[in-house]
Amino acid sequence: MKIRTLGRHVREGVKNLGRNGWMSFASISAVAITLLILGVFLILAMNVNYFAQSVEKQVEIRVFMDVLATEANVQQVEENIKAIPKVSTVQFIPKDEGLKQFKESLGDKAYLFEGLEKDNPLPDAFVVKTAQPQDTAAVAAQIKKLEYVKNLTYGEGTVEKLFAVTGAVRNVGIAFIIGLGFTAMFLIANTIKLTIVARRREIEIMKLVGATNWFIRWPFFVEGLLMGIAGALIPTIMLSVGYYYLLDAIHSSFEASQLFKLLPLFPLVNQVALALVAIGAFIGIWGSLVSVRRFLRV
Amino acid sequence: MDLIEMFDVWKTYPNGTNALKGVNIRIEKGEFVYVVGPSGAGKSTFIKLMYREEKPTKGQIFLGGFNVSRIKERQIPLVRRSIGVVFQDFKLLPTLTVFENVAFAMEVIEANPKQIKPRVMDVLGLVKLKHKAKMLPSELSGGEQQRVALARALVNSPGIIIADEPTGNLDPDTSWEIMKLFDEINQRGTTVVMATHNREIVNTMRKRVVAIEAGTIARDEQRGEYGYED
Repeated sequence: MKIRTLGRHVREGVKNLGRNGWMSFASISAVAITLLILGVFLILAMNVNYFAQSVEKQVEIRVFMDVLATEANVQQVEENIKAIPKVSTVQFIPKDEGLKQFKESLGDKAYLFEGLEKDNPLPDAFVVKTAQPQDTAAVAAQIKKLEYVKNLTYGEGTVEKLFAVTGAVRNVGIAFIIGLGFTAMFLIANTIKLTIVARRREIEIMKLVGATNWFIRWPFFVEGLLMGIAGALIPTIMLSVGYYYLLDAIHSSFEASQLFKLLPLFPLVNQVALALVAIGAFIGIWGSLVSVRRFLRV
Repeated sequence: MDLIEMFDVWKTYPNGTNALKGVNIRIEKGEFVYVVGPSGAGKSTFIKLMYREEKPTKGQIFLGGFNVSRIKERQIPLVRRSIGVVFQDFKLLPTLTVFENVAFAMEVIEANPKQIKPRVMDVLGLVKLKHKAKMLPSELSGGEQQRVALARALVNSPGIIIADEPTGNLDPDTSWEIMKLFDEINQRGTTVVMATHNREIVNTMRKRVVAIEAGTIARDEQRGEYGYED
């Protein structure tokens, strides 16, 4: 194909968008609405996954020492814990440090515990993390057997349930996105098909004056691409702005920001934008070409 | 090689209708041929076979150097470029101006853009529509629309013009205007094959008449008459 012919196809594709104004509008709207729904679910799924990951990462074993244990005893225990194969990190938290952390976690209400430094009721502690969060229970059982270990917590029972839930949530999210993706494709392809049915006469005439099939397809290809991208940009902008305000609203409230740990605006919106534009472009082109094919047999 | 030849051409549609049953014809370069006959006798099929909208069930068709009955799907556009086709319903693109409708046929064959404008204006001059180049088809009368269609058929200088009832939607005066244009084009050496129901025209502007009845050529006369009462 000659370069100037390609230029002609691009010009023609752009002009056709305008000439078939309402039909283009209908197609772009269909793309925009479907991708908006898809985008909302994408953001939701990515955040759920992020949440699940951060929850899983938080799974740790808190080992509390007997208050009577000497410094040597404590050191011995640390060595023993480190010797367990599946342990990744062991962090020693002396009782002063423990109190400080406790107060920090209370934020501006820390003053309630002012003065406890003199007679610290907290024991020395270790925070143990395993390489795989799923190994937590087994490791905890081993630590519990050690001498001078008074007590430990890792959320028994809850942790197992947590892993089941996060796994299920991920699978459901993926299934939802795939399902919505297909729905979007068929909905959009259908709308584009309608716009092309309205133009079968045009295709018929092109064939009659001796246009090759590819010559006929190209402007539709360009048109489909542009409709797909235009249809993807609208929900991308809406989602970016919406997400920005959502984060803003959550961060302005202490309770909400503790409850919902959301992904930051970037790179999330970039990833979503890329996904939506790619999907939009793909279905725009695909929908156009598949629909044109039906009318090329004149 | 602008002659048209058919050898024992048969056309049976999938529903079992035998539209053509063994047609043989030879149309020389520069001829003007009316194709007449009752409705449903095979005229349209005869015309459609020439520009390869339909494929013959049996037989050979040669047109403009192509064996139209044998060519591959990919070559159909090439055949269509060597002929100009005019229809009863004009088949203009409603969203394009007169100029664009005619230029379209040149763009499709990837003509040099510099040549498009002068050539289109030339042809529009021939059909006397230069002054309406920027109008849309909906702003024109039926006769004017048919002249645009004729300009589009002519713009790539085909050796053959095929017309299917070109005056079918036009009043008598306008029909004569169109016929004069066809005659003028023919005088310049272009072969014209025209299916028509217009008795007055056939009997007045005397040309070769091929009558198709029940799928066969019933009559083939130089300077013939219409010969039907409808």
